[in-house]
Amino acid sequence: MSPQEIAQLLKDQFGDRITGEALDVLDPWIAVAPEALHEVMEFLRNDERLAMDFLHCVSGVDYFEPDPKKAKRAKFEPHMEVLYHLSSMKHGHRIVIKVFLPRWKNDRPGELPEVPSVADIWPTANWHEREVYDLMGIRFVGHPDLRRILCPEDWVGHPLRKDYEFPDEYHGIRAR
Amino acid sequence: MATPTADQTNVIEVDVRTDEMLVNMGPQHPSTHGVLRLVLRADGEIVREVTAHIGYLHRCAEKIGENLAPYQYIPYTDRMDYLAAMNMNLGYALAVEKLCQMKIPERAQIIRVIMAELGRIASHLVGMGAYGLDLGTFSPFLYAFREREKILDLFEETCGARLTCSYVTIGGVTHDFPPGWVERCKQFLDYFEPKIEEYHTLLTRNAIFIRRTAGLGVLPPDMAIAYGCTGPVLRGSGVRHDLRKVQPYCGYETYDFEIACPPFDDAPDEAVIGDAWHRFYVRMVEIKESVKILRQALARYEQNPEGSHRSPEWKPTMKLPAGEAYLETECPRGQMGFLVVGMDAPIPWRVRARSSSFCNLSVVSELCKGCLIADVPAIVGSLDIVMGEIDR
Repeated sequence: MSPQEIAQLLKDQFGDRITGEALDVLDPWIAVAPEALHEVMEFLRNDERLAMDFLHCVSGVDYFEPDPKKAKRAKFEPHMEVLYHLSSMKHGHRIVIKVFLPRWKNDRPGELPEVPSVADIWPTANWHEREVYDLMGIRFVGHPDLRRILCPEDWVGHPLRKDYEFPDEYHGIRAR
Repeated sequence: MATPTADQTNVIEVDVRTDEMLVNMGPQHPSTHGVLRLVLRADGEIVREVTAHIGYLHRCAEKIGENLAPYQYIPYTDRMDYLAAMNMNLGYALAVEKLCQMKIPERAQIIRVIMAELGRIASHLVGMGAYGLDLGTFSPFLYAFREREKILDLFEETCGARLTCSYVTIGGVTHDFPPGWVERCKQFLDYFEPKIEEYHTLLTRNAIFIRRTAGLGVLPPDMAIAYGCTGPVLRGSGVRHDLRKVQPYCGYETYDFEIACPPFDDAPDEAVIGDAWHRFYVRMVEIKESVKILRQALARYEQNPEGSHRSPEWKPTMKLPAGEAYLETECPRGQMGFLVVGMDAPIPWRVRARSSSFCNLSVVSELCKGCLIADVPAIVGSLDIVMGEIDR
């Protein structure tokens, strides 16, 4: 199936919960409302025509320019994205599903944005979501075991956020 | 049922209280291939649950990628899978080139294929030797390293480095081959090809090796796909999937080779598709296929292909256009993917590395359920993980 057909199928099925698309870019993507993500992903995985059985990667991207001078010229509003690269072993087609999130839940700094977990659909998402939580600070609701995976358990902050401040020290070890 | 008494000799344990025990394996353990920590919940000798703790080798590779131009980041990709640095370089270079839509000269493509396949052989040789070590046999390791040294010598001649090559870079490769290199590479292949049979007699058909690996840690194909396993781990389960065939890059579609995938005619009777033996044997067959690709690529290089070894489009100050590019390549350990997000600047906005070993390792808790403690190293070893790539 071409990305256009996949997008049309999803729009027919989910209507306005599909919030955007870009099909003429390098990796065509379809944006999904965060609250509908689990349902859409289940459909993508289980529908015979799509059969997206392979989740390649879950990645978070932070769109935020910490430098106020540059921020004025930035071509984006501050937000976060979670990207799911999917493909089908059976049909050989691929698509990227995107979720747009605010940088902080309810715009209260410190409260992590939330997105439904897909670890029950693809077990590989379990570790990937833990990594995104650890490094990017996105909470996956419904994840069976949302702990830090790469950083130590008592680490403070989420290092891949653009406004992350490196700690001066960690347990007496100089960190910068 | 009547309570057994102590004089009943057919009852071995009379009223012995057993508890489950937590056994810590690693992070410094010779058979965990680096700094991997496994916590086993064991009931006697039987493993009930395995929890993997990773991150001991985390070096913030993705954060570093946001602060360096792509050609400066290449040396950091070397240090991800340090046993197959060439393949890591290639993956990142291809992702950046996809974002910039750069065209790569024919000559550079051929050099890249040669390097990627030599890297695959070198990496599988370590995988084979180290797996022998895990199972308690020392000599295959020495044989494997004897041949690997020769590949590293070939690497050294082209770029000056043996492990962290940084040879494949944005736009092509850093240098063309030195004079006489192709001849020496061919000599190596002639020397190497008969040696593969030696490894089979040493390890593959060794009765003890078969007893230790056949039927162990069976990974069904649907579970392998659900856990995102790729490379020899996926193919060992009988899924015929190789990115060089499915989604070719660098002109792999023009080379004649087979996907190494079971069922194998020469598999021992005890072996089951998806077990540790098959994962190991897929690597051995891949070595042979790599030799085949290498011979074809060297012949093409000798016909003096068009273009130079590096695209003239490439400049150090080159800006990455706004957009996202995600690309996976078939590395020795599976599909390594790079996501590069550009923002009209020479430095990427975000670099994400999807590691194959990371996904392959996540299935370990399923594979080790119900096996013996002594079999845990045999299962983890058969996944052939490299911690540098998992922790990045």
